[in-house]
Amino acid sequence: MSEALVATQAPGTDTPVPGASGARSFWRRLRAQRAALVAAVVVALLVLVALFAPLLTALEGQDPTTYHPSLIDSARGGVPVGSFGGMSAHHWLGVEPQTGRDLFARLVYGARVSLGVALAATVVQVVIGITIGVASALGSRWVDQFLSRVTDIIVAMPLMIMSLALLAIVPSSFPRPVLVTLVIGLIAWGNIAKIVRAQTLTLKGLDYVSAARLSGWGTWRIARRELLPGLAAPVITYAALLVPINISVEAALSFLGVGVKPPTPSWGQMLTAADVWYQAAPQYLLFPAGALFVTVLALTVLGDGVRTALDPRAASRLRVGAGRRRGAGTGSGKGADA
Amino acid sequence: MSGFGGFVLRRGVGAVITLFAISVIIYVVFYATPGNVAQITCGPRCSPEQVHQVAQQLRLDDPLYLRYWHFLEGILVGRDYSTGTAVQHCSAPCLGLSYQSDQQVTELILAKLPVSLSLVLGAMVLWLVLGVGTGMLSAWRRGRLSERVLTGITLAGTATPVFVIGLVLMIVVCGELHLLPFPQYVAFTDDPEQWAWNLLLPWLSLALIEAATFARLTRASMLETLAEDHIRTFRAYGVGERSVIGRHALRGALAPVIALNANNFGSAVGGAVLTETLFGLPGIGQELVHAVAVVDLPVVVGMVLVIGFFVVIANAVADLLYAVADRRVVLA
Amino acid sequence: MSDSPVTAPLVQVTDLTVEFGGLRAVDGLSFELAVGGALGLVGESGSGKSTVASALLGLHRDTGARLGGSVLVAGTDVGRASDEELRRLRGAKAAMVFQDPLSSLDPYYAIGDQIAEVYRVHTRASRRAARARAVEVLDRVGIPDAVRRSRSRPHEFSGGMRQRALIAMALACEPDLLIADEPTTALDVTVQAQILDLLHTLRQETGMGLLLVTHDVGVAAESVDEVLVMRHGKAVEHGSVATVLGAPREEYTRDLLSAVPRVDVSRVSPAAPSEEVVIEAVGLRREFGRGRGRFAAVDDVSLTVRRGETLGVVGESGSGKTTLGRMLVGLLEPTAGEVRYEGGVRSGVGPAVQMVFQDPVSSLNPRRSVGESIADPLRARGERDERHIRHRVGELLARVGLDAEHYDRYPHEFSGGQRQRVGIARALAADPRVIVCDEPVSALDVTTQAQVVALLGELQRELGLALVFVAHDLAVVRQVSDRVAVMRGGRIVEYGPADEVYGAPQDPYTRQLLAAVPALDPVVAARRRSARKELTAA
Repeated sequence: MSEALVATQAPGTDTPVPGASGARSFWRRLRAQRAALVAAVVVALLVLVALFAPLLTALEGQDPTTYHPSLIDSARGGVPVGSFGGMSAHHWLGVEPQTGRDLFARLVYGARVSLGVALAATVVQVVIGITIGVASALGSRWVDQFLSRVTDIIVAMPLMIMSLALLAIVPSSFPRPVLVTLVIGLIAWGNIAKIVRAQTLTLKGLDYVSAARLSGWGTWRIARRELLPGLAAPVITYAALLVPINISVEAALSFLGVGVKPPTPSWGQMLTAADVWYQAAPQYLLFPAGALFVTVLALTVLGDGVRTALDPRAASRLRVGAGRRRGAGTGSGKGADA
Repeated sequence: MSGFGGFVLRRGVGAVITLFAISVIIYVVFYATPGNVAQITCGPRCSPEQVHQVAQQLRLDDPLYLRYWHFLEGILVGRDYSTGTAVQHCSAPCLGLSYQSDQQVTELILAKLPVSLSLVLGAMVLWLVLGVGTGMLSAWRRGRLSERVLTGITLAGTATPVFVIGLVLMIVVCGELHLLPFPQYVAFTDDPEQWAWNLLLPWLSLALIEAATFARLTRASMLETLAEDHIRTFRAYGVGERSVIGRHALRGALAPVIALNANNFGSAVGGAVLTETLFGLPGIGQELVHAVAVVDLPVVVGMVLVIGFFVVIANAVADLLYAVADRRVVLA
Repeated sequence: MSDSPVTAPLVQVTDLTVEFGGLRAVDGLSFELAVGGALGLVGESGSGKSTVASALLGLHRDTGARLGGSVLVAGTDVGRASDEELRRLRGAKAAMVFQDPLSSLDPYYAIGDQIAEVYRVHTRASRRAARARAVEVLDRVGIPDAVRRSRSRPHEFSGGMRQRALIAMALACEPDLLIADEPTTALDVTVQAQILDLLHTLRQETGMGLLLVTHDVGVAAESVDEVLVMRHGKAVEHGSVATVLGAPREEYTRDLLSAVPRVDVSRVSPAAPSEEVVIEAVGLRREFGRGRGRFAAVDDVSLTVRRGETLGVVGESGSGKTTLGRMLVGLLEPTAGEVRYEGGVRSGVGPAVQMVFQDPVSSLNPRRSVGESIADPLRARGERDERHIRHRVGELLARVGLDAEHYDRYPHEFSGGQRQRVGIARALAADPRVIVCDEPVSALDVTTQAQVVALLGELQRELGLALVFVAHDLAVVRQVSDRVAVMRGGRIVEYGPADEVYGAPQDPYTRQLLAAVPALDPVVAARRRSARKELTAA
């Protein structure tokens, strides 16, 4: 048996511990990071664009599915007529080659698909992940072993490959965006389940959970009132980083032609033939690619900001220009002695 | 070292079980599909008798577990197929015959494998060197302008989808600047120099994204390690900063990075598929996309299985490397 | 430095101030340490004592702190020294032993290699010579089979061995000064005694100077000649051990000393406790692990607790006392044996037997107000009347010495001692007859410790509670207990009235424990040291 004393650390401080937990301080810390704020604004704008897509296209007077053959020069292989790929007052960003569909409308509706699928897939992953993670941590040894083994297998499955193959075999009658959501959600919940399990195990051992048992509360109520709130932080952090990943995956699948299929627009899908058309219609490449880039970047920065706001101690060392200070109480972490 | 041997054994057994479970799941998922496999293969214009004929040919009448057993048998010892007229022997490891071309899936995969391996392994070297190097540089130069720039670049790198980078590179480097010709795959055995030149753009597009992720992780890991107590101890004993970092911080910082490499391998494989499609490289990824488009199930299943195999191996290897780097893991 | 070599002090600190950001950790401190002398820096947390120790080696530079005043160590002016001069000082002329040996050593390299590395930094020794030196110092600090153990990694050592290894590293270059920052805080009391004896022996053999930083006054008394008491970064009192500890001048020092529990002072018992047995353990056994790794943390433990009395359960880590406590409360099911409450067998939790936990940080849910945490037992029993709940919680808060208005405050707004009071209030909310206290004061400063212990005593008198006080600190247990059970390896080795167990211990282990307790009087300390030597020789 180890001689290291479980009980005593250096006497605890008898001065109040600084650094409040709670929602208010979270918002305060989030607001303090300018990059995350900018990112949040960008994300909010994107969400608005996606939500109000029909309104925006109505303003323009177009829709994403109507073909406009008159705007295409089929003699030259389908290149849009006019300069800048057919930009005009009626078609703010021009038209798509070969089909003549309005680019702005497709872009704006594509936002719906990209954001919607990514968010929905994230929700699926989080729900499954929490369920499995908590069940694993609170269940008997056998349950834990079994579920952990299942989780390991899921984690080992390469997301792209499996999604690719799965999407191929389901008949097209099934609504595509929903299918993509389900496929991504069902294949990639492994990591979050692991995080939830680890955190639940830690929380389970905390004294205040034992105290709740002593008070007389039952397991369900303890899980709900004491454990779940403790999971909020790591789950939100990870979910915030999952969303941009899911956007990239959906875009990649649509790019390959197995994700969202035409006529439903998706940014990845719009890039499928972009290398062929970029010379004649550069915006055909620029706008979807740019939209993807900006979206994923904003979400990643926001996710970083959320992580820092939720756990400033761990993140302070990672932040740019945080100075050469050691984290307060690193290592010994006992009392206020530096 | 007996603990280590036990550790290796346990991980090995775990990997085998995982592979087995993956094969079952994949087989069941794909062959027990809602859609009528025979119908899909034959096409929408087939008559019911034709569909039935195809079903017979593909032995779809057998119960699922029997089909899986034959499949497993094929992998382990090989099996025979009757293709109407002749009997074809498919030697181990047999992954079935392509619906479209009747070619052995294993042969198909082996033919395409060198391309994919060249792509992924070459990119891996690149991203490890670039990523870890950049990360350490960021950690070293913490707080200065060069670090902020690097952090910004790596952040942008992680945000860009693989195929976008590939597209941009291709357009800029080949299309506009004409620095390189449009990549055409040349086998290493034919002409090593051309092989490398042609793979340069695909390597870069695959590697840059992964490198960005690695750079961020290495930086974070390095900074965290530098704040640990044992670093303080050696500084307190007058050990020079270079020794402190090189001897003491490096190993601790790199251990989690190694572990991540395995995790990333799966996503890198996905990136490889995209890169192959984009640049027209005749590798497994491109073939998989094609097989998916024509619903050539044996090819799809076979390839997914092979890729899954590599991912599990990569995970196991990373686990082992991590245990070598940090012996404490062995006790856990 | 052109001081006369004979009389130049080893350490000369003048008007030292250390600032972090706007915070002054050390404020105008001055002291001297003669060559071969030993000084103890004593203080509670936040006193700045560890900062002083770090400053002596210039370690504050890494943390961005600013140094004012002057610090001269072994001839080097630390404040103004160049990096090169500091490197030559560190390890070679002054070496530091840190508190937590597990995290302070590199987990990836063998101990011998780490010591050898340090040795080679300061001498031009070859690799072989350095490794030989490593084995030599490891042997010197009492690590058996030094040659083989020098090739082990830190996590393969036990806690005490690790600390010895750290001391060995400090010795490698034969420094003039050894700075030890809380070197024994994370160790069991018997191991602590061994380490302190080791330091004592080494000092005698090498003539090394020693600067010992500790919160434990007894530890200081054992090992040093002079004591400097610190508070809030300032020096409060400075003098020889006999003076400061025997006849303190300052009020703070007196308060500090009176708060220190003594192992030889028996408890001022209230009215004689009744004979009525409230809770009883009968042949309790608890096993953990599977297969070959299966072991019994508690093995055949039987004890009784009577109404109105306090039973102290004392033992080192691994003794099973915590497991026993949890079984009494019902949080753990025994593998064999039973817990009887008021005659009937008890299984599972219930309001009658409650617990006060050790760690003030993790015992309260940080997301709920303290009032809510205290109200939990009330709500769990079905109480719905909000006003009644508020009123009752307010009463409880007042009873434990807190402000009833603080219902809605969150745990982080309270100090450690206050949080323990909240924990006690929560335990009381269930109207228990028995409270099991699992190391309730170990994480607190000595003065706070005394207050919480006093509170528990008051509550016991008032409410007729039976208390089970589980702790590793023999002195604290003596202070609170009427009867004592000494545990070791899952079993009770000695059991009886406190005065008997402490005054005339029967079991050799108990005697060993008592001999290991640091004494505040140097004369007593020397006596105990020789007693320890006898016991280990026996």
